[in-house]
Amino acid sequence: MTRTFLGMPATAPPGVGHLRGDEPFPAAARRALADPQLRRNLGHATGTIRGKSAAVIDEVPDWPQLRAAGAAIKADVMARLPDLLVQLEAAVTAAGGVVHWAPDAVEANRIVTGLVAATGADRVIKVKSMVTQEIGLNEALSAAGITPVETDLAELIVQLGEDRPSHILVPAIHRNRAEIREIFLRAMPGVDPGLTDEPAALAAAARRYLRQTFLSTPVAVSGANFAVAETGTLAVVESEGNGRMCLTLPRTLITVMGVEKVIPTWRDLEVFLQLLPRASTGERMNPYTSMWTGVTPGDGPQEFHLVLLDNGRSAVLADPVGRPALHCIRCSACLNVCPVYERTGGHAYGSVYPGPIGAVLSPQLTGVADNASLPYASTLCGACYDACPVMIDIPSILVHLRAEAPHPRAESTAMAAAAYTMDHPTLYAAAQRAARLSRLAGQRGRGLPPPLSGWTASRDLPDPPAQTFREWWAAR
Amino acid sequence: MNGRDVVLSRLRAAVSADGPAGRVPRDYRRERPVDLDRLVERLTDYRARVHRVPEAAVADTVAGLLPPGATVVVPPGLPPAWLPPTVAALPDDGLDVARIAAADGVVTAAAVGVADTGTVVLDGSPDQGRRILTLLPDLHICVLRAAQVVAGVPEALARLTPRRPLTWISGPSATSDIELDRVEGVHGPRVLHVILLP
Ligand code: SF4
Repeated sequence: MTRTFLGMPATAPPGVGHLRGDEPFPAAARRALADPQLRRNLGHATGTIRGKSAAVIDEVPDWPQLRAAGAAIKADVMARLPDLLVQLEAAVTAAGGVVHWAPDAVEANRIVTGLVAATGADRVIKVKSMVTQEIGLNEALSAAGITPVETDLAELIVQLGEDRPSHILVPAIHRNRAEIREIFLRAMPGVDPGLTDEPAALAAAARRYLRQTFLSTPVAVSGANFAVAETGTLAVVESEGNGRMCLTLPRTLITVMGVEKVIPTWRDLEVFLQLLPRASTGERMNPYTSMWTGVTPGDGPQEFHLVLLDNGRSAVLADPVGRPALHCIRCSACLNVCPVYERTGGHAYGSVYPGPIGAVLSPQLTGVADNASLPYASTLCGACYDACPVMIDIPSILVHLRAEAPHPRAESTAMAAAAYTMDHPTLYAAAQRAARLSRLAGQRGRGLPPPLSGWTASRDLPDPPAQTFREWWAAR
Repeated sequence: MNGRDVVLSRLRAAVSADGPAGRVPRDYRRERPVDLDRLVERLTDYRARVHRVPEAAVADTVAGLLPPGATVVVPPGLPPAWLPPTVAALPDDGLDVARIAAADGVVTAAAVGVADTGTVVLDGSPDQGRRILTLLPDLHICVLRAAQVVAGVPEALARLTPRRPLTWISGPSATSDIELDRVEGVHGPRVLHVILLP
């Protein structure tokens, strides 16, 4: 980068973090499709969550109004992003926090590593944060001699299993209980050799293992779900209590947040705190939500740092069609309804952001050339758009990105046809039903759903769902 | 250019062609009547245990939830009449982490209850105390008054003060990380009792 362009919107730099896969999507997907255990685990988990989510959304008669409000607030945030961040900075500073600005992953890692080193700590506890995975913070901390300890149960499973996350909300969704037990028995120091694969027993093992670490580690690193510009309040939504541990016990708290997470007012939380849990874990409310504003004397961390990260977001913001990808509240509903994700799992997408949202966000953050196959990792069926609590029109962004991506001719023709069909709802619904019937016939296309079946024609797949998402949605 | 200037000038360039922002439609539900039975039903659904008693019966209720001699962390402003003589009270005058972690339970008041979601919110007032008090003991008894209960999330936020540290609690600690099934009991208290006063 030359100095001339320093102030212009920029994509995330290569060589750091986890936004780029090692191989194109079709190659990675083919491997995933050959793993029947993975497909069973994914099918079971995504089916469970879809059912739970539908039931609690059904309880909320004003769900459409909440979605519309959420979408409008996010659009407003993007239009005023620089001013809102300056307002947030002032509010956090007034409440005793310190705000840092990181243009990219390298800078963010340098800032966080420096802050931890200044405390003298050689270990940090972490609460699940997509953004610290995006920037490769754990690798940077380890390189500086600082041990990062993941405290979220799923992250712990991934870390102990020397594995990679495969879902936004449930990073170990590709593992079933028997596999988790094996990982704990193999890699968790001091684990009871008589451990069973009962979920309650597995959770209790994690509780015992992490307790002393929580009580003795002086620095925590977190992400943030929301940051309120007018008040300087940060919010973290979680289930297990590991978030509360990280946000309460250490002397120093460092929160790393993508710039797009800011919301204008305290009142705006009333929309997102209703949308997020129901769309995400399918709960009316997640067990714990923590909110804090700067430092509270005598309660919780007495030193608070907020790191605001760009790392390609300015480039996404600069593209009017692609920009709504920044509206994402990371609920993962689009993953759970996606017929492609359900078959391939998250690893195939390469980036830490998998599924439909990953297919539109990762290529924009890195520049499309660095993730050229991801805009094609979709059937454009539209289930993600229907499920998204902030109404991100993912199919339209995919079509837009395909126009920018270098791609094989056959794919682009198939995609153009699909895009045309998408714009004509009756045709589209008919095509979707026809595609499912052809798969039910069982002879061909048992890999990925059409038009991606060419990538995977000979693979064995579980039976397609009895209903499409649209039919299911219409029938509920 | 420092990091701040770089980020802000990039973002300013990215939105330079934007017109004025659109209006946010807020025609979702607000200010609805409170249904205490719904609160009880939803607390119970997420495995909190609810006790509806008059204020005079709080101490007896607490006594029934803890074995005699149990140690209980007590925030500085908790009404003393809520504690039965059968428990050993540990008033928080700056208790260290080890003593809080070793306690059998904690008794607090609450700031707000949310009926729709089965949530209690703590705001660090003297009758609720520091956040750590309700985090380390394995059992949390939370006393909530009917007048503190609101129908939904919008009403709850309207009653809360952003500058205070807030903890929204909906049932005991849980995880959905194993096959997306909700399992109670990970790092926070594994047992949550809500004593609901008229
Ligand atoms: S794009 Fe929408 S559905 Fe997907 S994770 Fe983001 S908010 Fe959820």
